[in-house]
Amino acid sequence: MTAISANAGADRLGGVWNVAKPQIRNVVRSRWLVCYLAFFLIATEGLLRFNGGDPKTLLSLGNVVLFIVPLVTLVYGTVYLYNSREFIELLLAQPLKRGTLFTGLYLGLVIPLAASLVGGVTIPFIYHGVVDGQPLALVTLLTGAAALTAAFTGIAFCVALRFEDRLTGLGVGLAIWLLLALVYDGVMLFVIAASDSTMETALLAASLANPIDLVRIALLLQFDVAALMGYTGAVFNRFFSAATGGVVIAMALAAWIAIPLAGGFVAFNRRDF
Amino acid sequence: MIQISGLKKRFGKLEVLKGIDATAVAGRITGIVGPNAAGKTTLIKSVLGLTRPDAGEIRVNGTRVNGDESYRRYIGYMPQMARFPSNLTGLELLAMLRDLRPDVARADDDLVDALSVAPEMGKKLSDLSGGTKQKINAIAAFLFNPSLIILDEPTAGLDPRSSSILKDRILTDRGKGRTFVITSHIMSELEELADDLIFLSEGRIGFAGSIHEIKKLTCQANLERAVAELMLRSEAA
Repeated sequence: MTAISANAGADRLGGVWNVAKPQIRNVVRSRWLVCYLAFFLIATEGLLRFNGGDPKTLLSLGNVVLFIVPLVTLVYGTVYLYNSREFIELLLAQPLKRGTLFTGLYLGLVIPLAASLVGGVTIPFIYHGVVDGQPLALVTLLTGAAALTAAFTGIAFCVALRFEDRLTGLGVGLAIWLLLALVYDGVMLFVIAASDSTMETALLAASLANPIDLVRIALLLQFDVAALMGYTGAVFNRFFSAATGGVVIAMALAAWIAIPLAGGFVAFNRRDF
Repeated sequence: MIQISGLKKRFGKLEVLKGIDATAVAGRITGIVGPNAAGKTTLIKSVLGLTRPDAGEIRVNGTRVNGDESYRRYIGYMPQMARFPSNLTGLELLAMLRDLRPDVARADDDLVDALSVAPEMGKKLSDLSGGTKQKINAIAAFLFNPSLIILDEPTAGLDPRSSSILKDRILTDRGKGRTFVITSHIMSELEELADDLIFLSEGRIGFAGSIHEIKKLTCQANLERAVAELMLRSEAA
């Protein structure tokens, strides 16, 4: 019995990979992905050349990464799904479970996006030999950015599956990015300026509601520089030790990956193609 | 063999299928015709499980279509418009489809040579002409010795030579006992291929029977005129 279900599980995994592998190949060969990789190579190389390997480099790099990764992932993810629509129809006519197909399509995008981001940042660091400077901070940055890639690909899939019209979908995707990357900061600034210390719990909750902010806080916790923490970061630091803070952030990010992905899957499963 | 009973499907306010009862008999070629927006593609997609019906039942080779994917092992499908991942080659595409059916011992890619696309198979799919993509689309439908082959406007975009080769292949495979469902706007094509015809009009069956019967019913000698007559009657009704 166990042997049979283990076998079925392996089959399912094999099926996911059979979908993901050609998708990865397709994405890797696209001009967009090459540009994405080149962008991180050039940005990291430039920052390392001008600043050296000090914490300031990683913080600047962190700001660039936190700005670009959600934007590119959302746009690329929605466009990718809209462009794959006819191909998805062909694949759905194959003996393939919808869940297998969905997971394969998702991994087929997340893996190359995350790999080019990690590669693009890591290669200049290795080349300059400054990895030993702030290894934990670099690992935090890369893990956080990879988690953002996973989260925003899920959001992109969710949006693309719920909105039939591609322009509407793209617009909703951009609106989500604007909200999380820009509007959020402005609102926080306003709230903090207007509030006293009783608002701290609310601020803490607000930071959990923004994956970009979560990664930013995780990165700042590595440096222990309260002045650079940003609004929610300072509160966060006061509430948690670095270790508990890390766990809370990891769990919140996991939810940010799982919930949109589940929403996307439900939409994919119900959808009439 | 496909048996459909009481099939209903609506998209929002639009009722696309209003209760369809139809059969595609094993070993025969069934043509589906009807004016635009009559529900042809929705009907096909329901059989494939791409679209979930609101009511009714579909059986393929006796198995009820209910979300389990295994019945699709015996189906080859050629969609109306082929759009493949642009950065893959034709060979990689066929390899992918093959990987999805590990239980098929030998893939049948005779059509690659017959349609003379072998030299194009190593090129990026986005660099291929519409006609070549359509040929690959056809090859994919016949790849796994399916017992049921569903073709949505199969010869659209094909040159006369390729279209003839594909039609020959369809007739040969019917001789081997395979079942076909074909939608087409080209009546002469269906006249050449189809044994039975389903005429859909505004989500209902306007006629279902053999080609011979439809001609007799409408007192027309060729299929195009017979279907035109059916359309006129369904508009008048």
